[in-house]
Amino acid sequence: MGILLHIGRYFLLLREVLARPERPRLYWQRTLDEMDLLGVKSLGIVALLSVFMGAVITIQTSTNIDSAWIPAYVVGFTTRQSTILEFSPTIISLILAGKVGSTIAAEIGSMRVKEQIDALDIMGVNSAAYLILPKIVAAVLMNPFLVTISMFLSVFGGWLAGVGTGIISSESYIEGIQWDFDPFTITYALIKTVVFAFIITTVSAYHGYYTVGGTREVGISSTRAVVYSDVVILIANYALTQLLLI
Amino acid sequence: MIEVRGLCKRFGDVQVLTDINAVFAKGRVNQVIGKSGSGKSVLAKCIVGLHVPEEGEVLYDGRSFHQLGKEAKRGVRQEIGMLFQSSALFDSLTVLENVLFPLRMFATMPPEEMRERAVQCLRRVNIVGKDDLYPSEISGGMQKRVGIARAIAMNPKYLFVDEPNSGLDPQTSIVIDRLIQELTEEYAMTTIVITHDMNSVMETGQNIVFIHQGRMWWSGDRHALLNSDNAELNAFIFASELMRQARRALGGR
Repeated sequence: MGILLHIGRYFLLLREVLARPERPRLYWQRTLDEMDLLGVKSLGIVALLSVFMGAVITIQTSTNIDSAWIPAYVVGFTTRQSTILEFSPTIISLILAGKVGSTIAAEIGSMRVKEQIDALDIMGVNSAAYLILPKIVAAVLMNPFLVTISMFLSVFGGWLAGVGTGIISSESYIEGIQWDFDPFTITYALIKTVVFAFIITTVSAYHGYYTVGGTREVGISSTRAVVYSDVVILIANYALTQLLLI
Repeated sequence: MIEVRGLCKRFGDVQVLTDINAVFAKGRVNQVIGKSGSGKSVLAKCIVGLHVPEEGEVLYDGRSFHQLGKEAKRGVRQEIGMLFQSSALFDSLTVLENVLFPLRMFATMPPEEMRERAVQCLRRVNIVGKDDLYPSEISGGMQKRVGIARAIAMNPKYLFVDEPNSGLDPQTSIVIDRLIQELTEEYAMTTIVITHDMNSVMETGQNIVFIHQGRMWWSGDRHALLNSDNAELNAFIFASELMRQARRALGGR
């Protein structure tokens, strides 16, 4: 199927998703459930990745700029900048595309092949909105929290590795993470996170919603959801970086 | 009453349905029968609006479904109950929540009344003490009955049942068939059953439409079925020696 057809169908699905909900109270309840499933239950993997990511950035920066001309605090500065600008919003979003995106595609795809979406449609429920909108709202609300936590844990992981291995003193590292701080970097990171959250949920839901066949096809949809979400995130990352930083 | 007029449906180059004309009467169990791949499920999906036909129309008590606006279509759909072949119960909801679902979505009654109505529907299909179980924790026959309870929760005018006996033992199948017939009369619904189960046809078939190669080949009741000289219909219905003996025993040709 042509890429243009997919894009067209994706936007038509979005139009359905953003239609007025039948019973807003029910949608809100579903949104809370999704916030738990997509957000709170992702906290563990985000925390683990962030600590190790920060630790690795610190060690690599330190070993690669080992020069008397470069002050020690630059290691902390680089860790902070890399984490806030790129690693936390982008890498964590790519990881969430794998975890959350595959869950969304598999859940909606299974509902499609088990005729549960047909059942919703026949009842007169806007199935696209009922199934997808709470996921979008949940991810858009929760992912900025996850990424903010990731930023703190990553910087903390860098401190832990740097001070623990003795490659940098605690004072130099803390001086580095405070040096020349521009609050806009946080805004930039959070804007990216919100856009990526929208991409992860909508692209994954699209692949699940249009699953045709049986359990094998649900698996294929799930894989496609992750691959396409990652590709779209990378393209959007480039576009947003150019738009917001240049 | 549901009326189908000149309905045609194709997928790509494959013509699945050609000029289907049928009338499904109110208060009766109308059955659409035919071999696997004959187009009966596609016909059902065209009638309920899951597929859009290329030609023809479907009239719900005179309202041409495919010509209605989005909101009006949604209104008609709220008058439809459907039992799917797979039951299509929502896995993440309990038995009671499944039956409550359409009520919570569309009914305007207070929550206590909704619950009362859902429990009443479950009791009507003989599901007792299973309210808090999930669909995966009950048998296939029970899932069908919960599906029926969900379908009748909104007091529908039209009931669609797709292969109600698939995967069920003969005894449970008869229970389900009789339940569908009783509910059709009780709620004065226009019921359409898609089936290829001959026991079901002989048990409850009041108005039978035979689809063959995407065309309506024959229609009538189960008594007319016994004496039909339609070769394709006879080849389909009386394929087994047991059915041929049954026909002779019942005084058919």
